Amino acid sequence: MSTDLVPLAVLMFAVTYPSRAIGLLNPAIDRLPRRALEYLQLVGPAVLAALAATQVMVAPRDDRWVFVVGLPWLSVLACLVIVAWRRSLFVGLAAAVAIAIAGRAAGLP
Amino acid sequence: MSVIAFAGAAQFAAVGYVAAGLSWPAIGLLTFLLNARHILYSAALAPWFRGRSFVERAVAAHLLTDEAFALSIAHFRRVGRFDAIGYWYGAIVTTLIPWNVATFAGVMLGDAIVNPQRLGIDVISPAAMGGLAIGLISGRRELAAAFGGAAIGVAASLVSSPTVGIIAGGLFGPLVGLLIPPAQAREVATIGSPESAGRYGVPRTPGSATSDARHEDRSR
Repeated sequence: MSTDLVPLAVLMFAVTYPSRAIGLLNPAIDRLPRRALEYLQLVGPAVLAALAATQVMVAPRDDRWVFVVGLPWLSVLACLVIVAWRRSLFVGLAAAVAIAIAGRAAGLP
Repeated sequence: MSVIAFAGAAQFAAVGYVAAGLSWPAIGLLTFLLNARHILYSAALAPWFRGRSFVERAVAAHLLTDEAFALSIAHFRRVGRFDAIGYWYGAIVTTLIPWNVATFAGVMLGDAIVNPQRLGIDVISPAAMGGLAIGLISGRRELAAAFGGAAIGVAASLVSSPTVGIIAGGLFGPLVGLLIPPAQAREVATIGSPESAGRYGVPRTPGSATSDARHEDRSR
């Protein structure tokens, strides 16, 4: 197995760890006003939703990013509905994958 | 790389950057931007780690991923306090170990999978992120923040790139959530009370006994 990527991994650690640690290791976080704490507690849904949406709605094409509609929308939507309904991420992911496999077997993009 | 950097999507991206011949400083900068959302995660988790040792927080920071954040903060809200076992379980057992096992499997077997899209592998990540977001939605504010983050993220991605879009969605989505008036959001709990812990995910603070007692009086 090649170890060529180890220096790259170290570089990535060096630039990733500070962003992970800045909040957890900063004592000033404890003294934030209530409004800031409220803001921080909304960060999770916002970031995760942004991650999901950008992955299914945005794709590269001809050196630019374009809005796309496709089968992944249906897969992700099914997962969201199942997680909201059954509170089971595992079942939601299984349904999303099953829809993607079936849809592509049927020739959907 | 999965052990040292443990950086999820940034690892995929980094391999692409290397293949594209980008310089190392450029790779470092792009990786930082791609993972800048962890600043928000780290800040959001920090109140729960109040009183924990520096070493514990430093190690916890290394294992902070999208999944570890979502699972642990949902758990802390559910139990109304920091739970060390809950964090380490979410970060190590359900994230670090499976990620590294799957990475190893990918290295060994990846060539056998000619078209990952046919197996639906490409939808797992967005479906998982969306599902984890659903797990954090307990009121209109969170819902508005999620919709706001998604809309802003997509819009900014189209103008710039998904790297910028995710940061923009994470930064401005919560502001959309805060536009929901507290009365509509039914967020009237005193900070530090069990209600507050459930609604805001704010950990109980010393001296919250008074508010706890008040809550009990109200519920009688």
